[in-house]
Amino acid sequence: MTADASNGVLAEASGLSASYGGPVVLEDVAFQVEPGMRIGVLGPNGGGKSTLFRVLLGELPLSRGEVAVKARCGVVPQTERSRLDYPVSALDVALMGTLSRLPWWKRPGRDERRRALEALEVVGLGELANDQFGELSGGQRQRVLVARALVQDARLLLLDEPFSGLDKQSAARLSSLLRDLATEGRGILISTHDIEQARRWDLVLCLNRRQIAFGKPAETLTRAVIEATYGGEIVVVEGGDSGSVTAVLPPHHHEES
Amino acid sequence: MLLFADEASSSIWRLLFEPWTHGIMQRALAEVALLGLVGGALGCWIVLYELSYSAESLAHAMFPGLVVAALWGLPLMLGAGLGVTIAAVTIALFGRIPEIGRDTSVSVVISALFGLGVVLAFSPASPPRLQELLFGDILGVSTVDLVRGASITVLVLAVSVLLHRQLLVVGFDRTTARSLGASPTLVDVTLLVLVALTTIVAVQGLGNLLVVAVLVGPSATARLTTRRISSMMALAAFLAFVAGTLGLYLSYYAGTAAGASIAGATVVLYLLVFIAQGATSPNESLSKDVLQTRSPK
Ligand SMILES: Nc1ncnc2c1ncn2[C@@H]1O[C@H](COP(=O)(O)OP(=O)(O)O)[C@@H](O)[C@H]1O
Ligand SMILES: [Mg+2]
Repeated sequence: MTADASNGVLAEASGLSASYGGPVVLEDVAFQVEPGMRIGVLGPNGGGKSTLFRVLLGELPLSRGEVAVKARCGVVPQTERSRLDYPVSALDVALMGTLSRLPWWKRPGRDERRRALEALEVVGLGELANDQFGELSGGQRQRVLVARALVQDARLLLLDEPFSGLDKQSAARLSSLLRDLATEGRGILISTHDIEQARRWDLVLCLNRRQIAFGKPAETLTRAVIEATYGGEIVVVEGGDSGSVTAVLPPHHHEES
Repeated sequence: MLLFADEASSSIWRLLFEPWTHGIMQRALAEVALLGLVGGALGCWIVLYELSYSAESLAHAMFPGLVVAALWGLPLMLGAGLGVTIAAVTIALFGRIPEIGRDTSVSVVISALFGLGVVLAFSPASPPRLQELLFGDILGVSTVDLVRGASITVLVLAVSVLLHRQLLVVGFDRTTARSLGASPTLVDVTLLVLVALTTIVAVQGLGNLLVVAVLVGPSATARLTTRRISSMMALAAFLAFVAGTLGLYLSYYAGTAAGASIAGATVVLYLLVFIAQGATSPNESLSKDVLQTRSPK
């Protein structure tokens, strides 16, 4: 279950733009993912976070620029998308990670099951392996999907808004799991629209239809960057002591004025 | 006393066994077993992919093909195949017109085709076997039909085994399927082709109106009570066989139409399981809670 922590860059992009056939929805993106790095991908709804992931996965061709993904990617999709009424156990879902390693006609054997169980142990769900996936809590489902990525032996993990809807305890568990996985030398991209969350990772990539900034959160998340990332939609409060910036979304949007 | 009981039980055995001494009934039972196997394998995916409506549409769309085949004295399977092809081409063509949209074009084409079939069926040259086209003639299944049915069954089972893990991954979450190495397009197309093939073959026994109910019903029932795909498939195949056997008994002794009796038994099984589940589910969740608190830490 350990990925080797060699020094090569896991993924890099330069001058990347993408569109769904119509207008460009994401442009000028340039960044690198190194082993052991947790990168927050910060942006408002529609900012292009999921689009960036689709480009990295090769599901959406880029309209300009370059992207090189040198590691196997595992995806943890937004959890509200997964089907809760599907007749599979947590172990079955983890075993989905073996799809591309086995020939078509082969059922997962003892080796694959052992790998899947180990991955579930790593994410702290070994005891719930035989529980119905849909009956787990939101945080447990996220971790099952992380386990599936581990079974894939993915060295680059893409997590799409994994913290939305999680209670404090589940969020803390997921955070410490991501720290452990980064320590093993994996690269992790975590998309979020929550600025406070983005501060917790090693690097932050701010997107609002184009790249606003990329760097260490403490240096990068300045008032100007946050304003550019969120457009005019945000109230920014200058923090007193450390010079940090707190941003608060307005309490409600006015539909029509 | 003893003698009487003996006689009663032996006459029950006679009632149970007698139908199967006739070649017609034996072939019908074999057809039911084949449909059970196909329904178990394919019906579950139709239910999980929420394709029941598409399957139903496909079956209705082939109706004019069936009527024309009956009018001209061609094999029904040929008519069904032509009907499906024409429906698919028409839908593909209409679906390309942006002002109409795919959804609308599918329902318009399906209704129009079924309507055309009805008009043809009630024309002066009305085919002699209209009843059979709508409700099937499972008692008229010939050995040749059985061989054809068996080959399709083998094909469907083989493909479902080969594609099982892909089907599972794509049905679970289409958006991440590709990153796991599955191909949603391949899975969708294969599934539709299998459904079309199965419908073409099964329509002979069950008719245009009943084929999908019989194919999908047992899987829908199995879904109510099972928690794993493998047990869902096994239960669906078993239920399909049970409903088929019950339907054939009913038809034999009460003189009801065989296909309709099987469809009826399928629906009754669904309702029974649905009601039984509603009655037991509070207890079930209670015992599950108890089990969970007892599980080792
Ligand atoms: N499948 C799609 N087809 C066309 N446009 C899309 C599609 N998915 C997203 N978009 C557009 O791309 C932009 C970025 O969306 P997305 O990457 O989903 O944002 P985020 O994940 O940051 O909320 C949005 O304007 C959205 O409307
Ligand atoms: Mg998104």
